[in-house]
Amino acid sequence: MRQITFAQATLEAMAEEMKRDENIFVMGEDIVRQGGIFGQFKGLADEFGDRVMDTPISETAIIGAAVGAAMAGMRPVADMHFADFMGVAMDELFNQMAKVRYMFGGQTTVPMVVRAPDGLSSSGAAQHSQSVEAWFMNIPGLKVVAPSSPAEAKGLLKSALRDDNPVIYFENKILYREKGEVPEEEFFIPIGKANVVKEGTDITIISYSIGMKTAGEVAEILEKQGINAEIIDLRTLVPYDRETILESVKKTHRLAVIHEAVKQGGAGAEIAAFVAENAIEYMDAPIMRFGAPFVPVPFSPPLEKAYRLNSAEIAKEIAEKF
Amino acid sequence: MERYSKNLAEELYYKMLKIRRFEETVERYFLDGEIPGFLHLYIGEEAIASGVCASLTDSDYIASTHRGHGHTIAKGADLNRVMAEIFGKKTGSCKGKGGSMHIADFSVGMLGANGVVGGGFNLAVGASLAIKKKKRDNVSVVFFGDGSSNRGTFHEAMNLASAWKLPTIFVCENNQWASTTPYRTTTAIEDISIRAIGYNMPSKIVDGNDAFAVYDGFKEALEYVKAGNGPYFLEAKTYRIKGHFVGDPEMYRTKEEVQTVYEENNPITRFEEKVLSENIMSEAEIKAIKDRVEKEIKEALQFAMDSEYPDPSEMFDDLYV
Repeated sequence: MRQITFAQATLEAMAEEMKRDENIFVMGEDIVRQGGIFGQFKGLADEFGDRVMDTPISETAIIGAAVGAAMAGMRPVADMHFADFMGVAMDELFNQMAKVRYMFGGQTTVPMVVRAPDGLSSSGAAQHSQSVEAWFMNIPGLKVVAPSSPAEAKGLLKSALRDDNPVIYFENKILYREKGEVPEEEFFIPIGKANVVKEGTDITIISYSIGMKTAGEVAEILEKQGINAEIIDLRTLVPYDRETILESVKKTHRLAVIHEAVKQGGAGAEIAAFVAENAIEYMDAPIMRFGAPFVPVPFSPPLEKAYRLNSAEIAKEIAEKF
Repeated sequence: MERYSKNLAEELYYKMLKIRRFEETVERYFLDGEIPGFLHLYIGEEAIASGVCASLTDSDYIASTHRGHGHTIAKGADLNRVMAEIFGKKTGSCKGKGGSMHIADFSVGMLGANGVVGGGFNLAVGASLAIKKKKRDNVSVVFFGDGSSNRGTFHEAMNLASAWKLPTIFVCENNQWASTTPYRTTTAIEDISIRAIGYNMPSKIVDGNDAFAVYDGFKEALEYVKAGNGPYFLEAKTYRIKGHFVGDPEMYRTKEEVQTVYEENNPITRFEEKVLSENIMSEAEIKAIKDRVEKEIKEALQFAMDSEYPDPSEMFDDLYV
């Protein structure tokens, strides 16, 4: 199968859906001439003209106007430049985008996609490196996806672009350049359905986005020690696939959740609590969570390295519990 | 000077009176404990919503504030369903999910009141972006107060609308009060419309307690915007006769100050005096509209009182599509 990058996969999804549906347009900072700071919009304006729009540096207006346009019949895609800047538009994201359908009694839909490049890069430091998906797991009315590969990126973005609910699409900055197999023919990955990437018998490892790399490395190390891990790519954080999680932990009797985001109050906390509530009697060992320490992302390379997930250390901690 | 038509006068008077009587009614029922939540009344500002909406169709959009009953009624929303919503009933426009602060009627282009001060600016700008993209001959109007002009959303929306030449009309209801704070103590300028200059947008100040003046000013704005020139800023000077919310002890101003405005600058009595003295409407015609409004308010009240509350099983309805 052909291989393309994660960024190219998102571009293909955008182009295919924009060709199909003229109500889709995309707006954000630096996307027309520059093609997005990570090249994820490169060439899109050449093909779609004024349906690709450079905005002022006004995140509040970008999200607010996208909500307004969605309420008036469009399907906007709003780029946030960096997920860190979602804070600037937080009212528009959580008080407007997520709530207008519900609080107006279903009089409107808000079919829009917020694209949010996230995660550690190379010394991006405290305000250009964060993974903030957990914030949005506490907000009813929106969906959250976080693809882990080029194929996942394309399939999930296509589904997001056809969803009639607001979808936040977290795209990892390191993954943009990763190549992977992506089918030539059209395909979709449904929102809300996790993917059992590798079946196993001894422990369930759940992750998503770039955390899936760590999950794979950890499983490999454990394999050498005779521990057969099942790996689940959660794909969607809201609504997350409870059924697949339960089915897996009831089989393996152990669970580790891994993500690059801060561990405290992170997605792993929700999943761990869910499993504890619903399957604690199946568990042979404490549920384990791995994430970033409770500190802003530091700048200096050795500090940033220490902040990152460490597959060897995670595998060691897991193995100790056997 | 051009004489106003009887039709227009009747339309303006009917809308203003309907808003006034609606607000007086919900105030009473709120104080009696029949209406939950908070109520922010539009009394004293009726001429603005009425004067603006007289030139709009159902295909034009408005975005409103937390003081949104007047805008909703002026835009032509079904009064029964508006009343029922404020009472929290399942027959309400928002099925009892929104209430006073989130009143909306999309069937007439009313894109919702907003509990966040300044929350409506960018929604209206977005709706006008949709109008432009779909090449429709409509406009989007955002009503807002002097207080919200200090929000960042105001400035981002004004810039975006102007940079993209969107069909947005910014209607500032300068009612002198940002919640309980006199706006001049926290706002650097007297006329909010001065801020339009910074966004290369024309503006006009009108007497917001004169429905004809608002109507004329808005007509001018509409012509400018519909010609494809981009947004326009209309500032209507008014005064909030009631407290910030029903039950506000109003420690921040004297009863005399409010009474003076109510007696001397009441948009409804001023309107009656004008149409009578200029022979645009007769006493009988005024009476006929008063009767019609009374009847409609009574019916709406009955509809709301007779309606059921939502069942707890409806909690999750309309969260996701």
